[in-house]
Amino acid sequence: MPEWLVEFPKMDRDALRSLSKAIDEGYRGFSRAYGQGIEDFFDPLLFALVWFEKLLLGAPWLLILVILGTIAWIAVRSLKLTAGVLIAFLAIGYFGMWDDTMRTLAIICVCTLIAIAIGIPVGIAMAGSDRTQALVTPVLDVMQTLPIFVYLIPVVMLLGLGKVPGVIAVVIYAIPPVIRLTNLGLRLVDKDVLEAADAFGASSRQRLLGVQLPLALPNIMAGVNQTIMMALSMVVIASMIGVKGLGQPVLRAVTNQYFALGLFAGGAVVALAIVFDRTSQGYGKRLQKFREL
Amino acid sequence: MPETKSEAKIAIKGLYKIFGPDPAASLALAKGGMGRGEMLDNHGHVLALAGIDLEIAAGAIHVVMGLSGSGKSTLVRHINRLIEPTAGGIEIDGADILSFDGAALTDLRRRRVAMVFQRFALFPHRNVAENIAYGLAIQGLSKASRAETAARWIKRIGLDGFAGLYPGQLSGGMQQRVGLARALATEPEILLMDEPFSALDPLIRGDMRDMLLELQVELNKTIVFITHDLDEALAVGSRITILRQGAIEQTGAPQDIVLNPANDHVAAFTRDINRGRLLRVSAIMTTGANGEGPDIAADTVLEDAAHALAATASDQGRVVDGAGAGIGSIRLDRILDVIAHPAVAAN
Repeated sequence: MPEWLVEFPKMDRDALRSLSKAIDEGYRGFSRAYGQGIEDFFDPLLFALVWFEKLLLGAPWLLILVILGTIAWIAVRSLKLTAGVLIAFLAIGYFGMWDDTMRTLAIICVCTLIAIAIGIPVGIAMAGSDRTQALVTPVLDVMQTLPIFVYLIPVVMLLGLGKVPGVIAVVIYAIPPVIRLTNLGLRLVDKDVLEAADAFGASSRQRLLGVQLPLALPNIMAGVNQTIMMALSMVVIASMIGVKGLGQPVLRAVTNQYFALGLFAGGAVVALAIVFDRTSQGYGKRLQKFREL
Repeated sequence: MPETKSEAKIAIKGLYKIFGPDPAASLALAKGGMGRGEMLDNHGHVLALAGIDLEIAAGAIHVVMGLSGSGKSTLVRHINRLIEPTAGGIEIDGADILSFDGAALTDLRRRRVAMVFQRFALFPHRNVAENIAYGLAIQGLSKASRAETAARWIKRIGLDGFAGLYPGQLSGGMQQRVGLARALATEPEILLMDEPFSALDPLIRGDMRDMLLELQVELNKTIVFITHDLDEALAVGSRITILRQGAIEQTGAPQDIVLNPANDHVAAFTRDINRGRLLRVSAIMTTGANGEGPDIAADTVLEDAAHALAATASDQGRVVDGAGAGIGSIRLDRILDVIAHPAVAAN
């Protein structure tokens, strides 16, 4: 059999090496040239994150509990859920995870806000134009399937270890659901109702804010919910690039075979996840009370 | 305001609508007389409307009727430009609405033309009062004046106590009453009704029809009413246009349509309707001042005339006008014949 049929026709070793080298050096050059500027760009984000984290860590735990309970009550109006939230956080504190949980809470809140602030407008743009949808969908596919460590490398090269690269990595990983479900929700809004809005002379703004978004809300809320869940799971992995919080005890537990520590930290992550999930879903449902009648 | 040239409130001139990738190219073929089937099979375009010329008078209910796919819903959506024509003109009060830019079109939709939909198309996340006031909210009116107008309409359509309910909690008939109130709340000149009662039970449909006619006596809107139901068309329409495959078959008063169908298709449509309740004595009487028997007013429907003659055991009656003067005669056997055999009526 001829050799070219047996051997896969690949680039020769030298060429491959020099290509990798060129890419690495090119990126390193980019990082050297613009790294500082990009870091400065993210300074306000870092500032907000540090401020929020300090606030949560500095405040008396009782006050935090009251605030969390109040938020749960306002969002869902359910005694059962509010009690569940309080019990979850009391247990977290009792098992010595309070400070790490507060750090994680801070970064999750910031990441979710960023993801919503970027994701919903992108979803709206996708719903408004088939071409935008065709362009954005493959990007989302890549964001969801590319192994996390692959994009952690360039982010760390650019910004070093710390909170900001952590936030960026988490947002990249967690943003696709809110974008996809905003797009889907808007596209599923009843055409008859939209035609009625047009017939009454609604401007595109009135149509979007008054009809499309409210009717797409269940899907958008499901997207936000998924985004929070994905952010929580990513925050553990982000501890590898220096994000403090519940990920660090997990990392320590893995490297030192501390089974109990891993269990406590993992339990705290699960408790946070359940609290976030039930609260955001309950809130979404309450916004849609007309559907249940 | 100066008188406009045309009497018509809405004038549609040479309107063509072709759906497909390249409507402009197919337009010449359609104008050359190519039919719907050939257009679709050989050119991949849907000829929805083919050369519609129609004048709609102010303050009356003009019914556009046809089977599904006849283009009636497409036609009505041209009047507020939810659909843009491929060719032709549409005038309201003599002004060419196709030349309207964004602001003028928005104003037309917000203040002058309102629409009622077959499947109600209420906003599920707004309650009854908010649905009715939707057009006013779009116009930017204050909350207080919106609430006042909504309250007035809720009373008018008999939904007292339902203001805070959501559409999902209402029956179909109630929903469509809200739909009607929503359209009328902006005080439009023109009301477009796209099969408004087709999704309702027959009994409710009758109630809604009565309600519409009652409101119309008071409001005098120009109403374009789409239906596929001839009984409904005859009940509400002061003029009826019959549409088939995107072209007009006949336009006329209800009696004209029934007595003088323009072709077999229209005749087939009208075959099963109740002539006794629709036709009036004046349409089939023998003219002349020498009638005998009991007096029968010229605008009596045949059913009532037959009953009046039977009650007095007469075989003919004297037809009188509003002032009581004899203007003709009517025979009972003629009435029965017309009711029983459609073809006789035309002679």
